[in-house]
Amino acid sequence: MLVLLGVLLVVAGFAVGLNPLLVVLASALATGLAAGLSPLEVLAAFGKAFNENRYVSAAWLILPVIGVLERSGLQEAARGLIGRLRSVTFARLMLSYLLFRQATSALGLTSIAGQTQTIRPIIAPMAEAARAVETGLAEVAPAEAQRVRAFAAATDNIGLFFGEDIFLAIGSVLLMVGFLQQNGITVEPLHLSVWAIPTAIAAFAVHGVRILMFGRRERPRP
Amino acid sequence: MIGLTQVYALAGFVFAGFAVLSLRDPTNPRRVRNALFWGLFALSFLAGDRLGNLGNGVLVLVMALAAALGLGRSGTGAADAEARAASARAYGLRLFLPALLIPLMVLAGSLGVRHGGPALAALVDPKQATLVSLGVAALVVAVLSVRLFHQPVLSPLTEGLRLADTIGWMALLPQMLAALGAVFALAGVGGVVGETVTRVFPMDTRLAAVVVYCLGMAGFTVLMGNAFAAFPVMTAGVALPVLVGRFGGDPAAVCAIGMLSGFCGTLLTPLAANFNLAPAALLDLDDRFAVIRAQAPTALVLLAVNTVLMNVLAFPAHS
Repeated sequence: MLVLLGVLLVVAGFAVGLNPLLVVLASALATGLAAGLSPLEVLAAFGKAFNENRYVSAAWLILPVIGVLERSGLQEAARGLIGRLRSVTFARLMLSYLLFRQATSALGLTSIAGQTQTIRPIIAPMAEAARAVETGLAEVAPAEAQRVRAFAAATDNIGLFFGEDIFLAIGSVLLMVGFLQQNGITVEPLHLSVWAIPTAIAAFAVHGVRILMFGRRERPRP
Repeated sequence: MIGLTQVYALAGFVFAGFAVLSLRDPTNPRRVRNALFWGLFALSFLAGDRLGNLGNGVLVLVMALAAALGLGRSGTGAADAEARAASARAYGLRLFLPALLIPLMVLAGSLGVRHGGPALAALVDPKQATLVSLGVAALVVAVLSVRLFHQPVLSPLTEGLRLADTIGWMALLPQMLAALGAVFALAGVGGVVGETVTRVFPMDTRLAAVVVYCLGMAGFTVLMGNAFAAFPVMTAGVALPVLVGRFGGDPAAVCAIGMLSGFCGTLLTPLAANFNLAPAALLDLDDRFAVIRAQAPTALVLLAVNTVLMNVLAFPAHS
Protein backbone atom coordinates (compact mmCIF):
# COMPACT_ATOMS: atom_id res chain seq x y z
CA MET A 1 0.00 0.00 0.00
CA LEU A 2 3.01 2.27 0.63
CA VAL A 3 3.60 2.64 -3.13
CA LEU A 4 0.33 4.59 -3.35
CA LEU A 5 2.16 7.41 -1.55
CA GLY A 6 3.26 8.74 -4.96
CA VAL A 7 -0.36 8.99 -6.10
CA LEU A 8 -1.21 10.88 -2.93
CA LEU A 9 1.73 13.24 -3.53
CA VAL A 10 0.51 14.08 -7.02
CA VAL A 11 -2.97 14.89 -5.72
CA ALA A 12 -1.66 17.00 -2.86
CA GLY A 13 1.01 18.73 -4.97
CA PHE A 14 -1.43 19.74 -7.69
CA ALA A 15 -4.02 20.76 -5.10
CA VAL A 16 -1.68 23.27 -3.45
CA GLY A 17 -0.57 24.55 -6.85
CA LEU A 18 3.07 23.44 -7.02
CA ASN A 19 4.68 23.23 -10.47
CA PRO A 20 3.38 19.96 -11.99
CA LEU A 21 6.83 19.01 -13.34
CA LEU A 22 8.32 19.05 -9.84
CA VAL A 23 5.28 17.26 -8.46
CA VAL A 24 5.78 14.48 -11.01
CA LEU A 25 9.47 14.15 -10.07
CA ALA A 26 8.66 14.06 -6.35
CA SER A 27 5.96 11.47 -6.92
CA ALA A 28 8.32 9.29 -8.96
CA LEU A 29 10.93 9.53 -6.20
CA ALA A 30 8.46 8.64 -3.43
CA THR A 31 7.05 5.74 -5.44
CA GLY A 32 10.48 4.36 -6.28
CA LEU A 33 11.73 4.65 -2.69
CA ALA A 34 8.59 2.94 -1.43
CA ALA A 35 9.28 0.13 -3.89
CA GLY A 36 12.76 -0.31 -2.38
CA LEU A 37 14.89 1.49 -5.00
CA SER A 38 17.72 3.88 -4.15
CA PRO A 39 17.36 7.53 -5.27
CA LEU A 40 19.84 6.99 -8.12
CA GLU A 41 18.02 3.86 -9.23
CA VAL A 42 14.77 5.84 -9.29
CA LEU A 43 16.41 8.57 -11.38
CA ALA A 44 17.75 5.96 -13.81
CA ALA A 45 14.37 4.23 -14.04
CA PHE A 46 12.66 7.57 -14.67
CA GLY A 47 15.29 8.51 -17.27
CA LYS A 48 14.86 5.21 -19.06
CA ALA A 49 11.08 5.60 -19.19
CA PHE A 50 11.42 9.24 -20.27
CA ASN A 51 13.67 8.21 -23.16
CA GLU A 52 11.32 5.41 -24.19
CA ASN A 53 8.37 7.81 -24.27
CA ARG A 54 9.89 10.40 -26.61
CA TYR A 55 7.21 9.83 -29.23
CA VAL A 56 4.78 11.62 -26.89
CA SER A 57 6.75 14.85 -27.40
CA ALA A 58 7.51 14.10 -31.06
CA ALA A 59 4.01 15.46 -31.71
CA TRP A 60 5.51 18.98 -31.24
CA LEU A 61 7.08 18.52 -34.68
CA ILE A 62 3.85 20.07 -35.94
CA LEU A 63 4.55 23.46 -34.29
CA PRO A 64 6.73 25.00 -37.06
CA VAL A 65 4.25 24.43 -39.87
CA ILE A 66 1.29 25.63 -37.78
CA GLY A 67 3.38 28.67 -36.82
CA VAL A 68 4.03 29.53 -40.46
CA LEU A 69 0.34 29.19 -41.29
CA GLU A 70 -0.57 31.47 -38.39
CA ARG A 71 2.00 33.99 -39.56
CA SER A 72 0.41 33.82 -43.00
CA GLY A 73 -2.91 34.89 -41.48
CA LEU A 74 -4.74 31.57 -40.93
CA GLN A 75 -6.32 32.83 -37.70
CA GLU A 76 -7.45 36.03 -39.39
CA ALA A 77 -8.90 34.04 -42.28
CA ALA A 78 -10.74 31.76 -39.83
CA ARG A 79 -12.11 34.78 -37.97
CA GLY A 80 -13.25 36.31 -41.25
CA LEU A 81 -15.01 33.09 -42.14
CA ILE A 82 -16.91 32.96 -38.83
CA GLY A 83 -17.70 36.69 -39.03
CA ARG A 84 -19.43 36.16 -42.37
CA LEU A 85 -21.91 33.70 -40.85
CA ARG A 86 -25.21 35.59 -40.88
CA SER A 87 -28.02 35.75 -38.31
CA VAL A 88 -25.81 34.50 -35.50
CA THR A 89 -27.76 33.45 -32.39
CA PHE A 90 -26.09 32.15 -29.25
CA ALA A 91 -27.15 28.57 -30.00
CA ARG A 92 -26.07 28.70 -33.65
CA LEU A 93 -22.75 30.30 -32.76
CA MET A 94 -21.97 27.74 -30.08
CA LEU A 95 -23.16 24.77 -32.18
CA SER A 96 -21.05 25.98 -35.12
CA TYR A 97 -18.05 26.45 -32.89
CA LEU A 98 -18.47 23.03 -31.25
CA LEU A 99 -18.66 21.40 -34.68
CA PHE A 100 -15.70 23.44 -35.95
CA ARG A 101 -13.61 22.59 -32.90
CA GLN A 102 -14.40 18.89 -33.04
CA ALA A 103 -13.83 18.67 -36.79
CA THR A 104 -10.53 20.56 -36.81
CA SER A 105 -9.26 18.66 -33.77
CA ALA A 106 -10.13 15.42 -35.54
CA LEU A 107 -7.87 16.60 -38.38
CA GLY A 108 -5.04 17.17 -35.89
CA LEU A 109 -5.42 20.96 -35.99
CA THR A 110 -5.78 21.30 -32.24
CA SER A 111 -3.83 24.54 -32.09
CA ILE A 112 -5.76 26.63 -34.63
CA ALA A 113 -8.25 27.48 -31.88
CA GLY A 114 -8.16 27.63 -28.11
CA GLN A 115 -9.06 29.50 -24.95
CA THR A 116 -6.48 32.25 -25.40
CA GLN A 117 -6.59 32.82 -29.12
CA THR A 118 -10.26 32.12 -29.90
CA ILE A 119 -12.55 32.12 -26.87
CA ARG A 120 -11.43 35.30 -25.10
CA PRO A 121 -11.04 37.64 -28.10
CA ILE A 122 -13.77 36.33 -30.44
CA ILE A 123 -16.22 33.67 -29.34
CA ALA A 124 -17.03 34.90 -25.82
CA PRO A 125 -17.78 38.51 -26.89
CA MET A 126 -19.84 37.26 -29.84
CA ALA A 127 -21.76 34.89 -27.55
CA GLU A 128 -22.50 37.70 -25.08
CA ALA A 129 -23.71 39.96 -27.88
CA ALA A 130 -25.89 37.19 -29.31
CA ARG A 131 -27.46 36.58 -25.89
CA ALA A 132 -28.15 40.31 -25.50
CA VAL A 133 -29.96 40.48 -28.86
CA GLU A 134 -31.97 37.32 -28.03
CA THR A 135 -33.13 38.65 -24.68
CA GLY A 136 -33.88 42.11 -26.08
CA LEU A 137 -31.28 43.92 -24.00
CA ALA A 138 -28.53 46.30 -24.99
CA GLU A 139 -26.16 44.33 -22.80
CA VAL A 140 -26.50 41.12 -20.78
CA ALA A 141 -26.46 41.38 -16.98
CA PRO A 142 -23.01 40.78 -15.42
CA ALA A 143 -24.02 37.45 -13.89
CA GLU A 144 -25.38 36.21 -17.22
CA ALA A 145 -22.22 37.41 -18.99
CA GLN A 146 -20.16 35.26 -16.63
CA ARG A 147 -22.32 32.20 -17.32
CA VAL A 148 -22.07 32.79 -21.08
CA ARG A 149 -18.29 33.12 -20.97
CA ALA A 150 -17.84 30.01 -18.82
CA PHE A 151 -20.11 28.10 -21.20
CA ALA A 152 -18.03 29.24 -24.19
CA ALA A 153 -14.82 28.07 -22.48
CA ALA A 154 -16.45 24.73 -21.64
CA THR A 155 -17.54 24.30 -25.25
CA ASP A 156 -13.95 24.73 -26.42
CA ASN A 157 -12.63 22.06 -24.05
CA ILE A 158 -15.40 19.61 -24.92
CA GLY A 159 -14.92 20.12 -28.66
CA LEU A 160 -11.18 19.63 -28.29
CA PHE A 161 -11.29 16.56 -26.03
CA PHE A 162 -13.87 14.69 -28.07
CA GLY A 163 -12.35 15.51 -31.44
CA GLU A 164 -8.62 15.13 -31.02
CA ASP A 165 -8.56 11.38 -30.39
CA ILE A 166 -9.85 10.81 -33.93
CA PHE A 167 -6.53 12.16 -35.21
CA LEU A 168 -3.94 9.42 -35.63
CA ALA A 169 -0.86 11.20 -34.36
CA ILE A 170 -2.17 12.95 -31.24
CA GLY A 171 -0.31 12.35 -27.97
CA SER A 172 -2.96 10.24 -26.29
CA VAL A 173 -3.25 7.85 -29.24
CA LEU A 174 0.54 7.46 -29.40
CA LEU A 175 0.59 6.89 -25.63
CA MET A 176 -1.94 4.07 -25.96
CA VAL A 177 0.05 2.47 -28.82
CA GLY A 178 3.24 2.64 -26.77
CA PHE A 179 1.63 1.30 -23.62
CA LEU A 180 0.04 -1.63 -25.42
CA GLN A 181 3.34 -2.38 -27.15
CA GLN A 182 5.07 -2.57 -23.75
CA ASN A 183 2.46 -5.14 -22.80
CA GLY A 184 3.00 -7.19 -25.93
CA ILE A 185 -0.09 -6.06 -27.85
CA THR A 186 0.42 -4.46 -31.26
CA VAL A 187 -2.33 -2.00 -32.19
CA GLU A 188 -2.45 0.36 -35.15
CA PRO A 189 -3.09 4.04 -34.31
CA LEU A 190 -5.90 3.98 -36.88
CA HIS A 191 -7.79 1.31 -34.91
CA LEU A 192 -7.71 3.47 -31.77
CA SER A 193 -8.80 6.54 -33.76
CA VAL A 194 -11.81 4.77 -35.23
CA TRP A 195 -13.11 3.88 -31.76
CA ALA A 196 -13.10 7.57 -30.80
CA ILE A 197 -15.78 8.37 -33.39
CA PRO A 198 -18.90 7.06 -31.53
CA THR A 199 -18.05 9.11 -28.42
CA ALA A 200 -17.34 12.18 -30.59
CA ILE A 201 -20.84 11.95 -32.08
CA ALA A 202 -22.36 11.46 -28.61
CA ALA A 203 -20.44 14.48 -27.30
CA PHE A 204 -21.84 16.67 -30.07
CA ALA A 205 -25.37 15.44 -29.34
CA VAL A 206 -25.17 15.84 -25.55
CA HIS A 207 -23.45 19.21 -25.50
CA GLY A 208 -25.55 20.37 -28.46
CA VAL A 209 -28.74 19.75 -26.47
CA ARG A 210 -27.25 21.69 -23.55
CA ILE A 211 -26.40 24.58 -25.89
CA LEU A 212 -29.99 24.68 -27.15
CA MET A 213 -31.30 24.57 -23.56
CA PHE A 214 -28.92 27.35 -22.53
CA GLY A 215 -30.07 29.47 -25.50
CA ARG A 216 -33.77 29.04 -24.67
CA ARG A 217 -33.40 29.77 -20.97
CA GLU A 218 -34.57 33.05 -19.38
CA ARG A 219 -35.93 34.46 -22.60
CA PRO A 220 -38.68 37.08 -22.19
CA ARG A 221 -42.04 35.47 -22.85
CA PRO A 222 -44.18 37.03 -25.54
CA MET B 1 14.66 2.31 -43.66
CA ILE B 2 12.96 5.44 -42.34
CA GLY B 3 11.72 4.93 -38.79
CA LEU B 4 11.72 6.43 -35.33
CA THR B 5 15.44 7.35 -35.52
CA GLN B 6 14.90 9.72 -38.45
CA VAL B 7 11.76 11.29 -36.96
CA TYR B 8 13.55 11.83 -33.65
CA ALA B 9 16.51 13.35 -35.51
CA LEU B 10 14.16 15.78 -37.27
CA ALA B 11 12.54 16.70 -33.95
CA GLY B 12 16.02 17.06 -32.44
CA PHE B 13 17.09 19.51 -35.14
CA VAL B 14 13.87 21.54 -34.75
CA PHE B 15 14.36 21.75 -30.96
CA ALA B 16 18.06 22.60 -31.47
CA GLY B 17 16.88 25.43 -33.74
CA PHE B 18 14.55 26.62 -30.95
CA ALA B 19 17.51 26.58 -28.55
CA VAL B 20 19.76 28.65 -30.83
CA LEU B 21 16.99 31.15 -31.60
CA SER B 22 16.15 31.43 -27.88
CA LEU B 23 19.76 32.08 -26.96
CA ARG B 24 20.12 34.80 -29.61
CA ASP B 25 16.92 36.60 -28.62
CA PRO B 26 17.88 39.74 -26.68
CA THR B 27 14.21 40.54 -25.86
CA ASN B 28 13.85 37.40 -23.72
CA PRO B 29 15.29 38.02 -20.24
CA ARG B 30 15.35 34.26 -19.57
CA ARG B 31 17.01 33.33 -22.86
CA VAL B 32 19.71 31.14 -21.30
CA ARG B 33 17.15 29.09 -19.38
CA ASN B 34 14.97 28.72 -22.50
CA ALA B 35 18.00 27.71 -24.56
CA LEU B 36 18.94 25.14 -21.91
CA PHE B 37 15.39 23.71 -21.89
CA TRP B 38 15.12 23.35 -25.68
CA GLY B 39 18.77 22.35 -26.03
CA LEU B 40 18.28 19.44 -23.63
CA PHE B 41 15.07 18.50 -25.45
CA ALA B 42 17.15 18.42 -28.65
CA LEU B 43 19.88 16.35 -26.97
CA SER B 44 17.26 13.87 -25.77
CA PHE B 45 15.92 13.40 -29.30
CA LEU B 46 19.31 13.32 -31.02
CA ALA B 47 21.31 11.22 -28.56
CA GLY B 48 18.88 9.89 -25.91
CA ASP B 49 19.78 6.29 -26.65
CA ARG B 50 23.46 6.97 -25.99
CA LEU B 51 23.06 8.88 -22.72
CA GLY B 52 22.35 5.86 -20.56
CA ASN B 53 19.47 5.58 -18.11
CA LEU B 54 21.05 7.71 -15.42
CA GLY B 55 22.14 10.27 -18.01
CA ASN B 56 18.56 10.57 -19.23
CA GLY B 57 17.40 10.86 -15.62
CA VAL B 58 19.77 13.77 -15.00
CA LEU B 59 18.67 15.34 -18.30
CA VAL B 60 14.99 15.30 -17.40
CA LEU B 61 15.78 16.50 -13.87
CA VAL B 62 17.64 19.56 -15.20
CA MET B 63 14.91 20.24 -17.78
CA ALA B 64 12.21 20.09 -15.13
CA LEU B 65 14.15 22.35 -12.75
CA ALA B 66 14.87 24.90 -15.51
CA ALA B 67 11.21 24.88 -16.53
CA ALA B 68 9.96 25.10 -12.94
CA LEU B 69 12.11 28.17 -12.33
CA GLY B 70 10.10 29.79 -15.12
CA LEU B 71 10.69 30.06 -18.85
CA GLY B 72 10.53 33.31 -20.80
CA ARG B 73 8.90 34.03 -24.12
CA SER B 74 10.75 34.73 -27.33
CA GLY B 75 10.07 37.90 -29.22
CA THR B 76 11.50 36.66 -32.49
CA GLY B 77 8.30 35.31 -34.07
CA ALA B 78 4.95 37.09 -34.12
CA ALA B 79 4.48 38.85 -37.43
CA ASP B 80 2.54 42.01 -36.63
CA ALA B 81 -1.24 41.89 -36.80
CA GLU B 82 -1.46 44.10 -39.88
CA ALA B 83 0.86 41.89 -41.92
CA ARG B 84 -1.18 38.83 -40.92
CA ALA B 85 -4.46 40.54 -41.80
CA ALA B 86 -3.08 41.65 -45.17
CA SER B 87 -1.86 38.12 -45.85
CA ALA B 88 -5.27 36.74 -44.85
CA ARG B 89 -6.98 39.14 -47.26
CA ALA B 90 -4.57 38.24 -50.04
CA TYR B 91 -4.79 34.45 -49.71
CA GLY B 92 -8.25 34.01 -48.12
CA LEU B 93 -9.53 30.46 -48.00
CA ARG B 94 -6.35 29.18 -49.68
CA LEU B 95 -4.75 29.41 -46.22
CA PHE B 96 -6.84 26.43 -45.13
CA LEU B 97 -5.44 24.15 -47.85
CA PRO B 98 -2.00 23.45 -46.27
CA ALA B 99 -3.75 23.03 -42.92
CA LEU B 100 -5.92 20.34 -44.49
CA LEU B 101 -2.98 18.82 -46.35
CA ILE B 102 -1.20 17.80 -43.11
CA PRO B 103 -3.84 15.35 -41.83
CA LEU B 104 -4.43 14.09 -45.37
CA MET B 105 -0.72 13.33 -45.81
CA VAL B 106 -0.56 11.61 -42.43
CA LEU B 107 -3.58 9.51 -43.30
CA ALA B 108 -2.33 8.69 -46.82
CA GLY B 109 1.16 7.91 -45.49
CA SER B 110 0.01 5.55 -42.76
CA LEU B 111 -2.40 3.72 -45.04
CA GLY B 112 0.04 3.72 -47.99
CA VAL B 113 2.87 2.12 -46.04
CA ARG B 114 0.62 -0.64 -44.77
CA HIS B 115 -1.21 -1.39 -47.97
CA GLY B 116 1.08 0.05 -50.65
CA GLY B 117 3.13 -3.07 -51.31
CA PRO B 118 6.59 -4.25 -50.28
CA ALA B 119 8.50 -1.33 -51.84
CA LEU B 120 6.93 1.25 -49.52
CA ALA B 121 7.08 -1.13 -46.57
CA ALA B 122 10.82 -1.52 -47.16
CA LEU B 123 11.29 2.26 -47.28
CA VAL B 124 9.34 3.10 -44.13
CA ASP B 125 9.12 1.11 -40.90
CA PRO B 126 5.46 -0.02 -40.98
CA LYS B 127 5.23 0.05 -37.18
CA GLN B 128 6.09 3.77 -37.18
CA ALA B 129 4.19 4.73 -40.34
CA THR B 130 1.97 7.31 -38.59
CA LEU B 131 4.78 9.16 -36.86
CA VAL B 132 7.00 9.08 -39.98
CA SER B 133 4.09 10.42 -42.06
CA LEU B 134 3.56 13.18 -39.50
CA GLY B 135 7.22 14.15 -39.66
CA VAL B 136 7.23 14.15 -43.46
CA ALA B 137 3.97 16.11 -43.61
CA ALA B 138 5.21 18.68 -41.08
CA LEU B 139 8.40 19.20 -43.09
CA VAL B 140 6.85 19.22 -46.58
CA VAL B 141 3.90 21.44 -45.71
CA ALA B 142 6.12 23.88 -43.82
CA VAL B 143 8.35 24.31 -46.90
CA LEU B 144 5.29 24.51 -49.15
CA SER B 145 3.64 27.16 -46.95
CA VAL B 146 6.80 29.28 -46.83
CA ARG B 147 6.85 29.31 -50.65
CA LEU B 148 3.10 29.67 -51.23
CA PHE B 149 2.63 32.55 -48.80
CA HIS B 150 6.04 34.21 -49.31
CA GLN B 151 7.24 33.85 -45.72
CA PRO B 152 10.86 34.17 -44.52
CA VAL B 153 12.91 30.99 -44.88
CA LEU B 154 13.49 30.78 -41.12
CA SER B 155 9.84 31.40 -40.24
CA PRO B 156 9.05 27.73 -39.48
CA LEU B 157 11.60 27.90 -36.65
CA THR B 158 10.81 31.41 -35.39
CA GLU B 159 7.05 30.79 -35.53
CA GLY B 160 7.41 27.27 -34.16
CA LEU B 161 9.35 28.72 -31.23
CA ARG B 162 6.64 31.34 -30.67
CA LEU B 163 4.05 28.54 -30.31
CA ALA B 164 6.43 26.40 -28.25
CA ASP B 165 6.98 29.29 -25.84
CA THR B 166 3.22 29.77 -25.57
CA ILE B 167 3.01 26.17 -24.39
CA GLY B 168 6.15 26.60 -22.25
CA TRP B 169 6.91 23.95 -19.64
CA MET B 170 3.57 22.27 -20.40
CA ALA B 171 5.35 20.90 -23.49
CA LEU B 172 7.25 18.54 -21.20
CA LEU B 173 4.41 17.43 -18.91
CA PRO B 174 2.77 14.72 -21.08
CA GLN B 175 6.08 12.87 -21.62
CA MET B 176 6.96 13.20 -17.92
CA LEU B 177 3.57 11.84 -16.91
CA ALA B 178 4.13 8.92 -19.30
CA ALA B 179 7.47 8.28 -17.56
CA LEU B 180 5.79 8.56 -14.15
CA GLY B 181 3.33 5.95 -15.34
CA ALA B 182 6.26 3.65 -16.09
CA VAL B 183 7.72 4.20 -12.59
CA PHE B 184 4.27 3.48 -11.14
CA ALA B 185 4.24 0.29 -13.20
CA LEU B 186 7.72 -0.65 -11.95
CA ALA B 187 6.64 -0.16 -8.35
CA GLY B 188 3.46 -2.09 -8.96
CA VAL B 189 1.07 0.80 -8.34
CA GLY B 190 -1.23 -0.47 -11.08
CA GLY B 191 -1.30 -3.84 -9.40
CA VAL B 192 -2.12 -2.36 -5.99
CA VAL B 193 -4.82 -0.11 -7.44
CA GLY B 194 -6.11 -2.96 -9.56
CA GLU B 195 -6.14 -5.33 -6.56
CA THR B 196 -7.84 -2.75 -4.39
CA VAL B 197 -10.40 -1.96 -7.07
CA THR B 198 -10.94 -5.64 -7.83
CA ARG B 199 -11.32 -6.46 -4.14
CA VAL B 200 -13.63 -3.56 -3.39
CA PHE B 201 -15.74 -3.80 -6.55
CA PRO B 202 -16.99 -7.16 -7.75
CA MET B 203 -16.22 -7.74 -11.43
CA ASP B 204 -17.90 -11.10 -11.91
CA THR B 205 -19.84 -9.88 -14.90
CA ARG B 206 -18.55 -8.12 -17.98
CA LEU B 207 -20.82 -5.13 -17.40
CA ALA B 208 -19.51 -4.70 -13.85
CA ALA B 209 -15.91 -4.77 -15.12
CA VAL B 210 -16.70 -2.22 -17.84
CA VAL B 211 -18.32 0.08 -15.27
CA VAL B 212 -15.33 -0.25 -12.92
CA TYR B 213 -12.85 0.54 -15.75
CA CYS B 214 -14.76 3.55 -17.14
CA LEU B 215 -15.60 5.10 -13.76
CA GLY B 216 -12.09 4.22 -12.54
CA MET B 217 -10.48 6.00 -15.51
CA ALA B 218 -12.60 9.09 -14.81
CA GLY B 219 -12.06 8.95 -11.05
CA PHE B 220 -8.32 8.36 -11.25
CA THR B 221 -8.03 11.16 -13.84
CA VAL B 222 -9.77 13.52 -11.42
CA LEU B 223 -7.15 12.59 -8.80
CA MET B 224 -4.17 12.81 -11.18
CA GLY B 225 -5.39 15.75 -13.28
CA ASN B 226 -4.49 13.97 -16.48
CA ALA B 227 -5.91 10.97 -18.31
CA PHE B 228 -2.36 10.15 -19.51
CA ALA B 229 -1.36 9.31 -15.94
CA ALA B 230 -4.51 7.37 -15.13
CA PHE B 231 -4.43 5.31 -18.31
CA PRO B 232 -1.41 3.05 -17.67
CA VAL B 233 -2.47 2.41 -14.06
CA MET B 234 -6.12 1.57 -14.73
CA THR B 235 -5.39 -0.29 -17.97
CA ALA B 236 -2.68 -2.49 -16.43
CA GLY B 237 -4.83 -3.00 -13.31
CA VAL B 238 -8.27 -3.62 -14.77
CA ALA B 239 -8.54 -3.44 -18.57
CA LEU B 240 -5.82 -5.85 -19.72
CA PRO B 241 -6.24 -8.62 -17.13
CA VAL B 242 -10.03 -8.52 -16.81
CA LEU B 243 -11.66 -6.89 -19.86
CA VAL B 244 -9.21 -8.18 -22.47
CA GLY B 245 -7.84 -11.26 -20.68
CA ARG B 246 -10.94 -12.72 -19.08
CA PHE B 247 -13.79 -11.34 -21.21
CA GLY B 248 -12.04 -11.22 -24.61
CA GLY B 249 -12.45 -7.50 -25.28
CA ASP B 250 -10.83 -5.83 -28.28
CA PRO B 251 -7.82 -3.99 -26.78
CA ALA B 252 -8.10 -1.08 -29.27
CA ALA B 253 -11.76 -0.39 -28.50
CA VAL B 254 -11.35 -0.90 -24.75
CA CYS B 255 -8.36 1.45 -24.55
CA ALA B 256 -9.78 4.14 -26.86
CA ILE B 257 -13.11 4.38 -25.03
CA GLY B 258 -11.33 4.05 -21.68
CA MET B 259 -9.12 7.03 -22.53
CA LEU B 260 -12.22 9.04 -23.49
CA SER B 261 -13.78 8.15 -20.13
CA GLY B 262 -10.64 9.61 -18.62
CA PHE B 263 -11.22 12.79 -20.64
CA CYS B 264 -14.62 13.08 -18.89
CA GLY B 265 -12.63 13.15 -15.66
CA THR B 266 -10.31 15.84 -17.06
CA LEU B 267 -13.36 18.08 -17.57
CA LEU B 268 -14.20 17.71 -13.87
CA THR B 269 -10.89 18.29 -12.11
CA PRO B 270 -9.18 21.49 -10.98
CA LEU B 271 -5.88 19.59 -11.31
CA ALA B 272 -6.18 20.01 -15.10
CA ALA B 273 -5.45 23.65 -14.45
CA ASN B 274 -4.52 24.64 -17.98
CA PHE B 275 -7.93 23.60 -19.31
CA ASN B 276 -10.18 24.38 -16.35
CA LEU B 277 -8.69 27.09 -14.13
CA ALA B 278 -6.61 29.22 -16.51
CA PRO B 279 -9.58 30.04 -18.80
CA ALA B 280 -11.62 31.15 -15.79
CA ALA B 281 -8.87 33.67 -15.00
CA LEU B 282 -8.49 34.60 -18.65
CA LEU B 283 -12.23 35.31 -18.95
CA ASP B 284 -12.34 37.30 -15.73
CA LEU B 285 -14.82 34.99 -13.97
CA ASP B 286 -15.56 35.50 -10.26
CA ASP B 287 -15.99 31.78 -9.65
CA ARG B 288 -12.71 29.93 -10.12
CA PHE B 289 -14.64 26.73 -10.82
CA ALA B 290 -17.17 28.27 -13.23
CA VAL B 291 -15.73 26.45 -16.27
CA ILE B 292 -15.80 23.09 -14.45
CA ARG B 293 -19.41 23.74 -13.39
CA ALA B 294 -20.31 24.50 -17.01
CA GLN B 295 -18.62 21.29 -18.16
CA ALA B 296 -19.87 18.92 -15.45
CA PRO B 297 -23.31 17.95 -16.86
CA THR B 298 -21.87 17.13 -20.30
CA ALA B 299 -18.96 15.22 -18.74
CA LEU B 300 -21.18 13.08 -16.49
CA VAL B 301 -23.65 12.17 -19.26
CA LEU B 302 -20.78 11.32 -21.62
CA LEU B 303 -19.19 9.11 -18.97
CA ALA B 304 -22.40 7.09 -18.85
CA VAL B 305 -22.52 7.02 -22.68
CA ASN B 306 -18.91 5.76 -22.84
CA THR B 307 -19.68 2.97 -20.40
CA VAL B 308 -22.59 1.81 -22.55
CA LEU B 309 -20.55 2.18 -25.77
CA MET B 310 -17.72 0.06 -24.41
CA ASN B 311 -20.07 -2.67 -23.27
CA VAL B 312 -21.80 -2.74 -26.66
CA LEU B 313 -18.87 -2.19 -29.06
CA ALA B 314 -15.70 -3.56 -27.47
CA PHE B 315 -16.67 -7.22 -27.26
CA PRO B 316 -16.89 -8.91 -30.66
CA ALA B 317 -19.40 -11.73 -30.58
CA HIS B 318 -17.64 -15.10 -30.43
CA SER B 319 -19.04 -17.22 -33.18
